[in-house]
Amino acid sequence: MTEHYNMPDERGHFGPYGGIFVAETLMPAINELNEAYHKYRQDAEFQRELDADLQHYVGRPSPLYHAQRWSEALGGAQIYLKREDLNHTGAHKINNTVGQALLAKRMGKKRIIAETGAGQHGVATATVAARLGLECVVYMGAVDVERQALNVYRMKLLGATVVPVESGSRTLKDALNEALRDWVTNIDDTFYIIGTVAGPHPYPAMVRDFQAVIGREAKQQCQEMTGRLPDALVACVGGGSNAIGLFYPFIDDASVKMYGVEAAGDGVETGHHSAPLCAGKPGVLHGNRTYLMADEDGEIIETHSISAGLDYPGVGPEHAWLKDSGRAEYVNITDDEALQGFHALTRMEGIIPALESSHAMAYAMKLAPTMSPEQIMIINLSGRGDKDMHTMAQREGIKL
Amino acid sequence: MSRLEQRFAALNAAGRKALIPFITAGDPYPEFTVPLLHEMVKAGADVIELGVPFSDPMADGPVIQRASERALAHHVGLRKVLDMVAAFRRDDEETPIILMGYLNPIEIMGYENFANAAQRVGVDGVLTVDLPPEEAEACVSLLKARNIDQIFLLAPNSDAKRVELMDKVGSGYLYYVSLKGVTGAGHLNTQDVEQQLAMIKQHTRLPVGVGFGVKDAKTAKILAEIADGVVVGSALISKIEANLDDPEQARSEIIELLSSMRQAMDSGA
Ligand SMILES: Cc1ncc(COP(=O)(O)O)c(C=O)c1O
Repeated sequence: MTEHYNMPDERGHFGPYGGIFVAETLMPAINELNEAYHKYRQDAEFQRELDADLQHYVGRPSPLYHAQRWSEALGGAQIYLKREDLNHTGAHKINNTVGQALLAKRMGKKRIIAETGAGQHGVATATVAARLGLECVVYMGAVDVERQALNVYRMKLLGATVVPVESGSRTLKDALNEALRDWVTNIDDTFYIIGTVAGPHPYPAMVRDFQAVIGREAKQQCQEMTGRLPDALVACVGGGSNAIGLFYPFIDDASVKMYGVEAAGDGVETGHHSAPLCAGKPGVLHGNRTYLMADEDGEIIETHSISAGLDYPGVGPEHAWLKDSGRAEYVNITDDEALQGFHALTRMEGIIPALESSHAMAYAMKLAPTMSPEQIMIINLSGRGDKDMHTMAQREGIKL
Repeated sequence: MSRLEQRFAALNAAGRKALIPFITAGDPYPEFTVPLLHEMVKAGADVIELGVPFSDPMADGPVIQRASERALAHHVGLRKVLDMVAAFRRDDEETPIILMGYLNPIEIMGYENFANAAQRVGVDGVLTVDLPPEEAEACVSLLKARNIDQIFLLAPNSDAKRVELMDKVGSGYLYYVSLKGVTGAGHLNTQDVEQQLAMIKQHTRLPVGVGFGVKDAKTAKILAEIADGVVVGSALISKIEANLDDPEQARSEIIELLSSMRQAMDSGA
């Protein structure tokens, strides 16, 4: 690519995707956020504070680890893992919450709200709110509250109020609806920390920018360790924040292939999945235009995935654009395949990945053997599997 | 002139204000809706906002959320709502009907398909909660070409610049959301509304309706004195919810509430 990639435009458009599709009451708040974001993005003092927090509180840079044994076993590309699982709170989510919380503080907001699915973003938000002494309310679908009891407890320990959402399908999308309702109602003093690259502009761009530290580090680490760029990047895609965080700094490097891995649940052909890029169509939800899972009347379809963090019917608008433009490729992995990825990494490298990240591992197991041992693949290990012990044990009929 | 413009012009000439009920199509079951629309017209409705059920009603409070869920349980979506408008039009060619809902059903149908269908069945206006004027041009121009108005919402925190933008892009009327929050929340403060309306009126030539939080005849009367129209939604739908085992009772309570509002709005004017 000779041209420099510079999406989105100033109203948040990635080609036909993205934009600002919200109720009027939110417009002034979104404009206020947009202004603050653009101001602090170029503010050296803000960046210095952010970098210091990422280093001392989150524990960055996260290592880039050469999974030698696993690479050899698969007999293809050299696999490197970007270890976001080693971050404070156990996933990439905290990169973004640290950034947005700093912004909230600069904007003088006293109250933080968030939505969460698996609870990872909720925990990461409750964590930074505790640290800054801000009130924190986390919306979580009632179904997820039940299947992620451990994270609910963590959030409560951190001082957050967890509100179970009983409307709709009682999962992540409904938690997002409820958070938007809260925001509309408490617009003056509340900052909404969205957990992925979705929502109205500026969220998709802002969350990307906070997560892009993953790709910047990976690029530098790869250069230092191997003297060259990677050939392929692999990351799971729920809303798409860990994927875009890894991809973004490589977009202008045309030789680097990018693979986003969606959750195929029982298989996309069954309809029980969470793979809007692979099997959905463009529409508008939660403030932006993107690929969605909707029926013929435009009603949002219930999703399915073994991993609560991928269980979302939409996807960040930038991924919709990267798909249409052909810059990135989107593939899908079933629940059963993800479990194989989970076990493979655990046994081969002694690293227990989150079920979300296991989707990326499972795809790497297909892709690596098609590549040569001289080639390099970086997989985003977006989180650790501790939170999933209960789900795994249950699935295998073991009582903890 | 669109049917909506005619209606507001006639009301204006008669010195009356528009009573605008909102109900969710298909709630509590599909056959309930069209007869209710006719009865609401008899009870004094000037314009009807018909809610298109959506799976993710982000700007609605619990009452309208549950109405949507009840309608969706009967698979009432945009296509069935258009059929209902066609059925209503067989017996009523005068009362303007506004479809109120969210953008995704229209996106999935396609703007042009939707505009054609809306024109064919006799829809007069479209109010899309999550379509701000900045993103509305493609949709508005297709609707306008078919004499269908795009109605925009104004909020308590909308400034003069935004009112001017709505005035430019929108038509039919503007809908002033009287409080920061979701539908059905709290009670509105009529003094705040009056102040804000005075500002809005300086920046638009369109009629302005007020809604969100209108629960009784008394509030309707006060608002009728300061606005061009009064929208009542959650208060009507609550009647359905309170009488799920007796839809006839729900119907008569809705009509009773609407009639009392009509009377109050017309008295002492
Ligand atoms: C470990 C982990 N990876 C990935 C995701 C999916 O989110 P995203 O696609 O925004 O990275 C989640 C969400 O909860 C997560 O916890």
